[in-house]
Amino acid sequence: MRHETKISGRLLKIIIYIVCIFLAILSIIPFWIMIMNATRSTFEIQQNAISLLPSKFLQSNIDVLLGKSFNPIVGFINSMIISTGTTLCAVYFSSLTAYGIVAYNWRLRQPFFTFILAIMMIPSQVTAIGFYQFVYKLDMTNNFLPLILPAIAAPPMVFFMRQYLLGMLQIDIVNSGRIDGAGEFYIFNRIILPIMKPAIATQAIFTFVSSWNNLFMPMVLLTNSDKYTMPIMVSLLRGDIYRTEYGAIYLGLTVTVLPLFIVYFLLSKYIIAGVALGGVKE
Amino acid sequence: MRRKGVSYAKYGYFFCIPFVLAYLIFSFYPTIYTTVIGFTDLKGIGRTDFNILDNPFRNFEIILKNPSFQKSLGNTAMIWIANFIPQIGLALLLTAWFTSHRRKIKGQGFFKVLFYMPNIITAATIAILFATLFGYPTGPVNSLFQDLGWSDGPIYFLMNKWTARGVIAFIQFWMWYGYTMIVLIAGVLGINPELFEASEIDGATGAQTFFHVTLPNLRTIMLFTLVTSLIGGLQMFDIPKLFQNGGPDSSTLTTSAFIYNQAFSGSYLYNRAAAASMIMFIIIAACSSILFYILRDRDAIKLNKQIKQQQKELRKAEKAARREE
Repeated sequence: MRHETKISGRLLKIIIYIVCIFLAILSIIPFWIMIMNATRSTFEIQQNAISLLPSKFLQSNIDVLLGKSFNPIVGFINSMIISTGTTLCAVYFSSLTAYGIVAYNWRLRQPFFTFILAIMMIPSQVTAIGFYQFVYKLDMTNNFLPLILPAIAAPPMVFFMRQYLLGMLQIDIVNSGRIDGAGEFYIFNRIILPIMKPAIATQAIFTFVSSWNNLFMPMVLLTNSDKYTMPIMVSLLRGDIYRTEYGAIYLGLTVTVLPLFIVYFLLSKYIIAGVALGGVKE
Repeated sequence: MRRKGVSYAKYGYFFCIPFVLAYLIFSFYPTIYTTVIGFTDLKGIGRTDFNILDNPFRNFEIILKNPSFQKSLGNTAMIWIANFIPQIGLALLLTAWFTSHRRKIKGQGFFKVLFYMPNIITAATIAILFATLFGYPTGPVNSLFQDLGWSDGPIYFLMNKWTARGVIAFIQFWMWYGYTMIVLIAGVLGINPELFEASEIDGATGAQTFFHVTLPNLRTIMLFTLVTSLIGGLQMFDIPKLFQNGGPDSSTLTTSAFIYNQAFSGSYLYNRAAAASMIMFIIIAACSSILFYILRDRDAIKLNKQIKQQQKELRKAEKAARREE
């Protein structure tokens, strides 16, 4: 009896490893095929579209890709500006708001926090029409500010920062700063922000990545091709211009994914820890 | 000596002002604006002036009767359900495996990194990558089918409605099960370890422990996952829009793609799109409140009721006792 359960336990363990390895391969294989095909010629891809080894047509694919309206450098720079701006606004002002809620005892504190909880679930996409009309009236389409400034009000991040501060903030530190004659704003910038660094780092990664990947609002607001972000550039690959240039299409996709891969594999430890932390919102 | 009368409370207001202002300008005002546009005749590229319609609900009536909108609602629901059920199922299974006390699975960190990876990659890129992978007549999936002898000639996979929907559901599943798994594992690690020890001492099997200890304690986190996934699913845009642009035959048209197409292509029907947005807004709000209601902490409510009941009885007994005196 005991022996039998031991054998079935070992069998189950083998099954677990097989399933996990299968899923791991499933995560990699589409990207692997993509990267390999980026180095292959259209003719090779037409013969057999799966190859686990690279070929030597990378340069000719680069020439085809850049010969048309796809401009990864412009997309990269624009996405970089928007994502950096969004991230800075979101983490700084969310920390400030959270500190305002935690450190000071003001009359509307509790109602304000309840309000933040209530608006946390409201998706921004359903109000996009009004937002577009508003921005259009201000003549601010094809401007990055309407994509950056809304990040100042990020309810889920305020919630997260508040939870973090509740656990970390010691009011004595603040008081000793006050005794030394520091102003409240100075205390926040010089004492509180450094304390919040771990929380800020996690939130910054996620804000940056989600802003980088965002397609809907930029596609609505940015109509000038000089202002296109990376995801809008990607959407050009779907059009007719690259119809049968398979190698170039795969290369274009690879170019857009590469920065994310690098960031992910450098920071994966923190990202995974951040996902786990963000999920346990209680 | 203590200084008297220094109140810092006003800084609470100061520090929250940027948030409030940004919220009012960039969220609250557009929400109201969208609602108003839903009742007007605002349409046509570059137009911003509008009049309230004689029958203010006309746009809502038209949208609700619009077969494309009805279809897009159905598609969104179908694709979300077909992605969420396997997603939560696989995530729970992996959570049970990875947190088991009897079996230590090695390489968990490595697996987590790979399972989560698709989630951070640009959805737009993934949509076009999969459209290319399933390409016709040249595409890796077609090559695979022919290599394995499953098909003689190339198959036009994405011309089939169900295949197209299925691939989108699969992409969503593939991008999100790793996230759900990591969140659930964090939830299990947050459960009081004494509960697991007690069930082990009582001789519970792994499955019994999972269903009677782990699952009930994960309720809040599963609610969180469900609500966020639902809200995300109802806004699904990038993948359906770029995968097949809603096709074939509108079979992958989601409500967000419908709203986008109404407002920013064809005849630029901002008013109809705004009405459709408001309908979605109401659906999202209703879904999340229903879910919160269903999955609220029943035990706590029961306990409260019991306490109230006991207090009532106690008071009754006291009254009775006093009367007897």
